[in-house]
Amino acid sequence: MDQLFVGIKTALLSMLGTFMPDWLVTVHSVLISATGIAIFGPLTMMYLTLIERKVVARMQNRLGPNRVGKFGLLQPVADGIKMLTKEDIVPYKADKLLHLLAPITIVVPALMVFAVLPFGRGMIAADLNVGILYFLAVSSTTTISIFIAGWGSHNKFALLGAMRAVAQMVSYEVPMVLSLVPALMIAGSLSTGAIVAAQAERWFAFTPWGFVAFIIFYLCGVAEVNRSPFDLAEAESEIVAGFHTEYSGMKFALFYMAEFMNTFTISALAATIFLGGWHGPFLPSWFWFLLKTYILIFVMIWFRGTLPRLRIDQLMGLAWKFLLPMALVNVVVAGFWYMSSGVIRTFGSIACLVVAFMVLTALNRPYVPEKREYTFAEN
Amino acid sequence: MFYGSGVLRGMLVTLKNMIQSYFCKPEDGGLFTSQYPEKRLPEKERFRNFPFLIYDKEPENLRCVACDICAKECPPKCIYIIRDFDTDGKPLKKPKIFDIDLTVCMNCGICEEACPFDAIYMDHEFEISGRERQGSLLYHKDDLLKSNEHFHKIRPTDAAAIDTRRQEDEAKKQAVKKEPPKPPSTAS
Repeated sequence: MDQLFVGIKTALLSMLGTFMPDWLVTVHSVLISATGIAIFGPLTMMYLTLIERKVVARMQNRLGPNRVGKFGLLQPVADGIKMLTKEDIVPYKADKLLHLLAPITIVVPALMVFAVLPFGRGMIAADLNVGILYFLAVSSTTTISIFIAGWGSHNKFALLGAMRAVAQMVSYEVPMVLSLVPALMIAGSLSTGAIVAAQAERWFAFTPWGFVAFIIFYLCGVAEVNRSPFDLAEAESEIVAGFHTEYSGMKFALFYMAEFMNTFTISALAATIFLGGWHGPFLPSWFWFLLKTYILIFVMIWFRGTLPRLRIDQLMGLAWKFLLPMALVNVVVAGFWYMSSGVIRTFGSIACLVVAFMVLTALNRPYVPEKREYTFAEN
Repeated sequence: MFYGSGVLRGMLVTLKNMIQSYFCKPEDGGLFTSQYPEKRLPEKERFRNFPFLIYDKEPENLRCVACDICAKECPPKCIYIIRDFDTDGKPLKKPKIFDIDLTVCMNCGICEEACPFDAIYMDHEFEISGRERQGSLLYHKDDLLKSNEHFHKIRPTDAAAIDTRRQEDEAKKQAVKKEPPKPPSTAS
């Protein structure tokens, strides 16, 4: 059971190997993995929309979609048909090429990052030795696509949304990468497979630095995929729909697809690096991986069901004034953890992090005057 | 409390709501939506939506006398009435045409209040829809006619009160008819 998907692939390849030259078998090996990902990604996206709508509905004491199929299970199919048959409108003054290019270029990196996710024991499409770097580099190109969309639409709301998205994503990239540094230091590798292997005894999230890094990474991940409460780029109450204001039909669906696949991959990466990846007792490794990922996705949906949108200055303040210094302190604490041992290791790290947290919150406290003083008013 | 504790408390509220929606009854904080086309909430008696014309026993015997008061009072002017005439050209006390455009009607209920003959009342009808923009929701006299029994069914309290009042009025009228009109006094 554990090696189910790996076994299927091996069986297929050995079957092909009976009549094919070796190089063709290698090409097919790549093709099988790529096909698996190309099916898995959009399928996940389709059902994430349903899960999101269902969970948010339950949080608001509603039922959510339940008309199409049993429990609304065919709702994503209905949505897909609707999206495909909708009229595709390109604004008169839009840059036609960029307008077309943006939804394509946003989906490609979202699918590409699936390659380095270890879905289970031996279930990784490409175990690159720079897997994390690859993930961060490829996923950050989303920023460019979003800006292309905003610029190409020739719409002020789209441009505003795109500019917000760029500012936000560039800011959150920094603490996100820094929060990964401790994990890389301890695991001693950038490869996702090696990081998972390093967590065989203890998940990184159960160490002081790992816990803090996990929280920072997760928050930055939520901001990175433009999800609520950091969804200023597509704030519907302020700027219509942000960068995808002028998109309709399948192009809009592609943006949606990219957003949900990014949600999945960010959650999957958080589960890989901090929650022990596919490690877990009894059940198959891929099941554990998906379980952890979906729990993290649930938390993202939970955020969306709970929190109101941040203001832009609060958003930037959180990234630069709180998460970034905290991530830097965390790197130092991880070094301390690595060099020391025993009780002093645990308590020293915890104390250091708690003090840093207190100091940062105290420094970040906004100035609230005790009593309002009126200079010119009589009373 | 520490930085971010408000967020955690807020998240607990939504989580509680989510769990309750699965395991609790509506009165304990569970789901209170009802699945509309299959399950319906009981209709409230005071609910009023779209007017209908009332008749006693026979559809010919409608109470409307084509006085045109409701059409004049109607704020969006959605009522259109033409009086009927008999073969001799004498005006009859009933409408020839009585149309209400339900796309225009705004459910204010002023026609019901204005009618001195208890002929028009607000219905419980709310599931009307048409395939065309014009025409299908323009209700003619035959579409609007509904019996007094229907009125009793949907609004029993109002219907009973109106019926007793009408009977009393009828009795008074009969009493007046039985007494011969007094001859004008010759004294003065």
